[in-house]
Amino acid sequence: MHRLKKIFATDSYIVPLVAILMGFLVGAVVMLIGGYDPVAAYSALFKRVFGSPYDFGEAIREMTPLMFTGLAVAFAFRSGMFNIGADGQVLIGMTAASLIGIKLAGLPAFLLVPLAVIGAGLAGGLWAGIAGYLKAKRGINEVITTIMLNWTALYLSNYIVRNFLLLKGQNRSEDIPASLSMTFLNGVFDNARVHWGTAIAICAAIFFYVFLWKTKQGYEMRAVGLNPNAAEYAGMNVGRNVVKAMFISGAFAGLAGAGEVLGVFHYQSVFAASPGYGFNGIAVALLGLTHPLGVILAAILYGMLTYGAAGMSFGADVPPELIRIVIGSIIFFIAAQGIVRWVLKPFYLKRKKEKVS
Amino acid sequence: MDLLTLGQLLNTTLVFSTALIFAALGGIFSERSGVVNIGLEGLMMFGAFAAAVGGHYAQDAGFGAWAPWVGVLCAMAVGVIGSLIHAVASITFKADQTISGTVINFLAAGSTLYMVKLFFDGAGESPLIDGFKKVSVPVLSKIPVIGEGIFNSYPTTYLAIILVIVIYFVLFKTPFGLRLRAVGEHPSAADTLGVNVKRMRYIGVMLSGLLAGIGGATITLTTTGTFAHNTISGQGFIAIAAMIFGKWNPLGAFGAAVFFGFSQAIRNYVQLFEWSKSIPQEFIFMIPYVLTIIVLVSAVGRSSAPKALGEPYDPGKR
Repeated sequence: MHRLKKIFATDSYIVPLVAILMGFLVGAVVMLIGGYDPVAAYSALFKRVFGSPYDFGEAIREMTPLMFTGLAVAFAFRSGMFNIGADGQVLIGMTAASLIGIKLAGLPAFLLVPLAVIGAGLAGGLWAGIAGYLKAKRGINEVITTIMLNWTALYLSNYIVRNFLLLKGQNRSEDIPASLSMTFLNGVFDNARVHWGTAIAICAAIFFYVFLWKTKQGYEMRAVGLNPNAAEYAGMNVGRNVVKAMFISGAFAGLAGAGEVLGVFHYQSVFAASPGYGFNGIAVALLGLTHPLGVILAAILYGMLTYGAAGMSFGADVPPELIRIVIGSIIFFIAAQGIVRWVLKPFYLKRKKEKVS
Repeated sequence: MDLLTLGQLLNTTLVFSTALIFAALGGIFSERSGVVNIGLEGLMMFGAFAAAVGGHYAQDAGFGAWAPWVGVLCAMAVGVIGSLIHAVASITFKADQTISGTVINFLAAGSTLYMVKLFFDGAGESPLIDGFKKVSVPVLSKIPVIGEGIFNSYPTTYLAIILVIVIYFVLFKTPFGLRLRAVGEHPSAADTLGVNVKRMRYIGVMLSGLLAGIGGATITLTTTGTFAHNTISGQGFIAIAAMIFGKWNPLGAFGAAVFFGFSQAIRNYVQLFEWSKSIPQEFIFMIPYVLTIIVLVSAVGRSSAPKALGEPYDPGKR
């Protein structure tokens, strides 16, 4: 018990928790200014998430792609790169999963599903790898290339869906026979669309941790991320690490695409605009302090808030966009920890005095 | 291709480029002072929103042809306020600059849509307003091609082109510009020489909010006429690309922005031809983005960012 108390009293736990509280507080103030009732809104939010097994399952579904894209952005970050392109990598992953799922439909499920998932990961990885390669070989800033690749991925995916996979008369692909759905949980979650992607995401987070902190290659990647010049001097191949890191980052994002297509929708739509997974991924990665465990926790929080936001607008008539203000403020307070420490200062002083007496 | 349509192509190119030019110029101020600005997208959103609201109320109040300018002023003010969040977090509290820039994007997306609903009774979009009208410059607009292309444009386009030259001059030929660049390259050296690093950085970031705000305003006041959730949709990120592409130099960024504008315009242009019907439209949509990557690979070498970009300044480390 004492140990537990000690863990939760350390700075690294208190600061994020206080930041989350302060984010909610900012949201409440904004609601009050707009003439809404924050208590009603927040209780509607949590009621929506925890109110029924179905909604809880759907909230888990909402969290899953966030875990993947959060991991993708965080992994690139740790290796010294800013991957704004997770969005495009998700789309390419989706398309690869749909292509394999539909075109190889004759295969037995135990072959087809893993093939589609692996295909999605590979495709996402290779797509991100383009940006990594151009950075390594030509020194081209990955921020530009990943932005451009996002748009290219959007149109390329639409092209493939419209020309090779289209369901006649619809703006979407045929149904995909391969499925990641966890049908055995249908009873528990009242037919919410929970799928194996969530489990794969947690495995991905474990891989992230083990690879980056327990292997030689991971050490090299972190070294390159911290200081490429020093890494180069120490005899590491910076270029190869950059390509590899982008590949792994993109593979995470590609898996998100597989989860969405094979686990949730069971078809792929023609997108009018980018679906925005990647940008949420940036927020999740930052909220999670680019640590895999943090990313999982951040995805849970973020998923809950975005899923619950709809309940907030039904239950208390508050525009769901408000939740972005809450999330933005939380990230702000986590980033600018100085503000949180300043708020906490009186409490810290008090505690020190207690120790003395 | 006859001359008339060539002029039109040039004209559309500039219309598409204008917002990018403003935002990229803003990005240059911020990043030259050493502060990464991923938040351009959000700052443009603030500007586009403020211009729609300000323009709407000014129109109601009977400002007439001056109403869009009121919109621009509102956009400048809101852009600066938005950028202050970034400045406080990243300069005063030494937060990671990428993170606080992302915060701007989030706060802008959330708060502008929230406020649109508050202002306009729950509608997801602001009412349509009369934006800027094209103004032709006397005499010069009579020149073939160029006259129609450049000298028959929106006032914001003229403003953007003038600002490129002014900002180039300010950055490279004035003491203020030298200090701003010094703070971005070697803050401790600048500090030793008596330059107030924090103040310079605050100015850089606030100017970026001001300019990105005008950029966003340009979109509502010339192209869309209203503010909705998809008004900006990635333009801020393209402006960042233009800034990097142009090597943090106003003239370079101008060229890059015009290039992006051109590739968007040519996309519309190509669709006018009969032969383009045989190309899937998705490939035509891809042109600007693929073209950018190809140009980057073939022409531009390593991009050189300001040396101290992204590093919070810590006088203790001097």
